[in-house]
Amino acid sequence: MSRRKSEKEYEKTFACHFFRWLDGEKDPFIGQVEMQQQEAFREGEGDAERRLQEKNILLNQIYGRKKSRSIRNLERFYKVASVVFCGILIYLLLLTVSFLPPIGVAQRPINNEVSARYIEKGLQETGAINIVSGMILDYRAFDTLGESHVLFVATVTVLILLRMDKGKKDYAGVSLEEVEANDRRYEPKNDAILQMAAYLLVPVIIIFGVYVILNGHLGPGGGFSGGAIIGAGLILYLNAFGFEKTERFFTEKTYKRISFCSLSFYCIAKSYSFYTGANHIESIIPKGTPGAILSSGLILPLNIAVGLVVACTMYAFYVMFRKGGF
Amino acid sequence: MNVFAYLLMGFLVLCAIAVSLSRNLLNSILIYMSFSLIMSMIWVILESPDLAITEAAVGAGVTSILFFVTLKKIHAIDEREKRRKHEQKKE
Repeated sequence: MSRRKSEKEYEKTFACHFFRWLDGEKDPFIGQVEMQQQEAFREGEGDAERRLQEKNILLNQIYGRKKSRSIRNLERFYKVASVVFCGILIYLLLLTVSFLPPIGVAQRPINNEVSARYIEKGLQETGAINIVSGMILDYRAFDTLGESHVLFVATVTVLILLRMDKGKKDYAGVSLEEVEANDRRYEPKNDAILQMAAYLLVPVIIIFGVYVILNGHLGPGGGFSGGAIIGAGLILYLNAFGFEKTERFFTEKTYKRISFCSLSFYCIAKSYSFYTGANHIESIIPKGTPGAILSSGLILPLNIAVGLVVACTMYAFYVMFRKGGF
Repeated sequence: MNVFAYLLMGFLVLCAIAVSLSRNLLNSILIYMSFSLIMSMIWVILESPDLAITEAAVGAGVTSILFFVTLKKIHAIDEREKRRKHEQKKE
């Protein structure tokens, strides 16, 4: 058998690695995956007995199950009452549904002049082909502003609850450094399969998210959906490659800046359009031709702002749940 | 198409009941994920692709991941904890 390449060169090629893996000569996980050995669970003698005893003491002395019959009766009544309550609730809700007007009938109360105007003049007034997007970012932009701020407030709340400061210990006596050390305790680090899958999938996911955001006024989608897709892609990337890689481009500072800029841009842009709309002044923002990517006035930049806020929020949620801070 | 929609709605009810009856929290989350996926298919049938995209990304993706992380934090996925619970049940 003749080979064009020498043995040393051949060992470096992909084919060599692949065939060695196929033959089972080399395990790709050995030497790559980092995983901490979990200590085996051991129970001392009499632990089980003691636990049983404690449980009995708790039940008898504190809850007084043996002594008082009324508590036992109350427990039984509680179970029956919860089932009865759920039954009544389901019955009432179904009863209400039966009084609703049938679907698809023209005389329904929702078929009023508001929705008629949205459908008839939506394209002309907002310039967006996707009526939904024209509605939520033009007619009802104030609602969407509130939604974006709800997300921001939710992140702040999670930050208050789960934040850990460097060098300090929380009430359970755990410090941020310990959490970081134990972060990969129950899952392997540098998993080759996960990394390869993320390597192929993450760019596609993020580009799809960008497409959904930028196409919000032309087709289905918009800021919220696209932002959620980008956030999911970022979380997958973080899971595969760890915090060292993501912290190169996404830190707490990035989150602060992006959220602040997007939310304040949204506020300013919408204030301008509310001001001009309320005072019957002609807005200087052109509507453009419907169907073009640069059209429909403020909807495209607002979509981008909402998308950025949502993507950052999703990612920040995950990071804070996992580690307690960036 | 109608049969398909009814089938999906049947699955939806099945998932909703299964979530509340499942003892294992990890299983509940997985069922919840499938609930969201079925729901997103129903949104497509109801001609609102906007909601379908959001439901698939938020319901099946991000929310379940947050649930997983929370379970990991409270050591509900931990093997040790499971064994301890099992022993308690025996007693």
